[in-house]
Amino acid sequence: MKKETWKELTIGTINLEAGNSVKNLTGTWRSGHKPEFIEEHCIQCFFCWLYCPHFAILVEDGEVKGINYDYCTGCGMCAEECPSKEKSIVMVKEEVKLAEGGTE
Amino acid sequence: MSTLKTLNGNQTIAEAVRQVDPDVMAAYPITPSTAIVETIAKFKADGLISGEFVCPESEHSAMSVCIGAASAGGRVMTATASQGLALMWEMLYIAAGLRLPIVAGIANRALSAPINIHGDHSDTMGARDAGWIQIYSENCQEAYDNFIQAFRIAEHLDVRTPVLVGLDGFIISHSMEVVQVEGDEKIKDFVGEYQSVYPLLDTSRKITVGPLDFTDYYFEHKRNQMAGIENAPGVIQQVGKEYGEKFGRYYGFFEEYRMEDAETCIVVMSSAAGTCKDAIDELRNEGKKIGLLKPRIFRPFPAKEIALALKGTRAVAVLDRSACPGAFGAPLFTEIRNALYDYDPRPKVVNYVYGLGGRDIKVEHFKDVAEKLDKIAETGKVEEIYGYLNLRE
Amino acid sequence: MVKLKDLAQMEDRLVAGHGMCLGCGIPLIFKVVLRATEDPLVIANATGCLEVCTTIFPRTAWNVTWIHSAFENAASTIAGVEAMYNALKRKGKIPKDKTIKFLGTGGDGGTYDIGLQALSGTMERGHDVVYLCYDNNAYANTGGQRSSATPLGASATTSPAGTHSPGKLQWRKDLTKILTAHNIPYVAQASPSRWQDLYNKAKKAFEVEGPAFLNVLCMCPTEWKYDESKGVELAKIATDTCVWPLYEVENGKYKLNYKPKEKKPILEWIKPQGRFRHLFKEENAWVLEEFQKKVDEEWEELNRLASI
Ligand code: SF4
Ligand code: SF4
Repeated sequence: MKKETWKELTIGTINLEAGNSVKNLTGTWRSGHKPEFIEEHCIQCFFCWLYCPHFAILVEDGEVKGINYDYCTGCGMCAEECPSKEKSIVMVKEEVKLAEGGTE
Repeated sequence: MSTLKTLNGNQTIAEAVRQVDPDVMAAYPITPSTAIVETIAKFKADGLISGEFVCPESEHSAMSVCIGAASAGGRVMTATASQGLALMWEMLYIAAGLRLPIVAGIANRALSAPINIHGDHSDTMGARDAGWIQIYSENCQEAYDNFIQAFRIAEHLDVRTPVLVGLDGFIISHSMEVVQVEGDEKIKDFVGEYQSVYPLLDTSRKITVGPLDFTDYYFEHKRNQMAGIENAPGVIQQVGKEYGEKFGRYYGFFEEYRMEDAETCIVVMSSAAGTCKDAIDELRNEGKKIGLLKPRIFRPFPAKEIALALKGTRAVAVLDRSACPGAFGAPLFTEIRNALYDYDPRPKVVNYVYGLGGRDIKVEHFKDVAEKLDKIAETGKVEEIYGYLNLRE
Repeated sequence: MVKLKDLAQMEDRLVAGHGMCLGCGIPLIFKVVLRATEDPLVIANATGCLEVCTTIFPRTAWNVTWIHSAFENAASTIAGVEAMYNALKRKGKIPKDKTIKFLGTGGDGGTYDIGLQALSGTMERGHDVVYLCYDNNAYANTGGQRSSATPLGASATTSPAGTHSPGKLQWRKDLTKILTAHNIPYVAQASPSRWQDLYNKAKKAFEVEGPAFLNVLCMCPTEWKYDESKGVELAKIATDTCVWPLYEVENGKYKLNYKPKEKKPILEWIKPQGRFRHLFKEENAWVLEEFQKKVDEEWEELNRLASI
């Protein structure tokens, strides 16, 4: 990513690009574990969405659809809080790839 | 309509505030600037101003309110002095870093310890690297004129940098003078409409103001910030000229008094310059070729212009109303001596610290300085580069 | 009653790609609170975990108007924004029918300690703003130093447990009570583990005219030292042990929002957290006793106030 010269920066230390942190892929932080979504067990309670600190639960058309591994850090909160009779999210081992840096 | 009013320095600032009618005024009372805040509060209570007046619980919060308000997108002012300015310190840098055109009236006062409520420049001189434009006033009239011009300078789109206007605590803040107060409409017209840049209250933009920089951006942002104050000199001159054309009182970077053929020169700012003028008149009557240079703008420092004004003299005494412990001379001196370094021939430059904690400086003290300058000019030798005036040794 | 499903379909005002820790409680709090108003919002954020982790230039995780100026002054900064809003509205520069909400926020460092004065001033002056403290019991952003919100007996880097010390020696400051004493229209204590309660409180805080204060417990796996997946459970235990009671004070009237069926012993709160590990040494037994005693006293007092 090309970095601005001092003349190119907006005056006053301002970032004009709301929400551009989505380019930071926090999924690269995962180290050894990832959640797996089992759709048929899901009761659509949205607790996983609520309790995911990294906004990594995929919601489409008003339904929880799975995990966005671009951002999932593997903290396990979703699996821990998933209340369905048979867990709809379980943590599984993941082969650790060497991180290619935290941003796209 | 322009009228003559008998006002003290604090009242002139308040009067200017009433006329400019900023959107938000936030200030905490502190001697000797208290009356500025009280008068604004009374104006508000009497419905004479339409902006919001906020009376926070400290100067730190006062400047923080100013920062929030200016970022929100509108015209903002404050007033303080001494310890109050010191308590704002952290936020002064942030106001400048965020390029917020806040205008502050400062009744210059000594810093503790020991605690002292009287006039010296330790407060604003300590803040000289905070990124604010600094303007100093000799008397109530100048305080009024400077304060009004400050809004134009601060808010100019090429500048967008906070401005403080200094007036000596008590000596000016509390002394009554006959002041030419211009008509409300004319002042409003001169100051013009506020133009906001990326205001927070334009919520459709969703901007992030004041983010965190690591090593890869801090330097560039700081450099970007400095461009504002670097653009100020032209604007200061333009505004001073326009003010003169409108109201008959012209302003530049500094005032030269009887400098035409001066061989020696005293440099002194603010109220002491008034006394110095009397001394210069007497010395001139005695046949001495001496003049006065009174800086008005200290930041950005008009180095080249001051050097050109002084380079033809043989000896210059720079008088500072603040000390700079451990440094090679006090702030004004170091700037001026530095500015002259590239000129050859150049005058000898010495430094006297005077007036700390409100200590008087009288005609006789300036005359002593003149005598020392004569000797330096004659012999080309400087015995003492740094000294004190009216101090019990 | 609002449904999570509906909340999930609202636009995120804090988005993915922020740098907060695995299992951090802060995003959970803000996910709910920022949905409790649909009006445009301006946030002033004190220096701290949230500010640092969301705005590393040139990226920002804020999809809402946001400002940071310093550590101790989020309250006075947002007060300034609100003052300008009032001025411009009166002058007709902002349309009469446009409403903007204002939120000041900081951690316990920026709120209980260094920012207390600015907060007190803003609340006393009656600015129409909400202030939210995310209380993670420590200066977590700088590596876990003690704050006045750090619990008795917790080991923090500036109140470390050692052979001659059981960790922090003082009982925590009751900030919610201090804010209540400001006689502002709305004060509440909440927890991200009870999202509905948190949502309701945030909604009330935004809707009330005048200042409102929310003190929200915020799990911090990094400084509390527990299994990061268990944060929500831990926050629940905090309310079940009455270490962090959920209550609100509306125009001076206290209301308990959650009474555990069976009040659990504080050990359930203490045991999972590494910061309390040393308390199980024989010589520190008194701390646990003292802790339980204090919690009981405060809970009793709260019940008394709520029954008035
Ligand atoms: S493991 Fe953590 S980060 Fe990943 S989806 Fe679950 S809660 Fe979100
Ligand atoms: S918490 Fe479990 S049951 Fe609830 S929506 Fe998520 S995956 Fe489905």
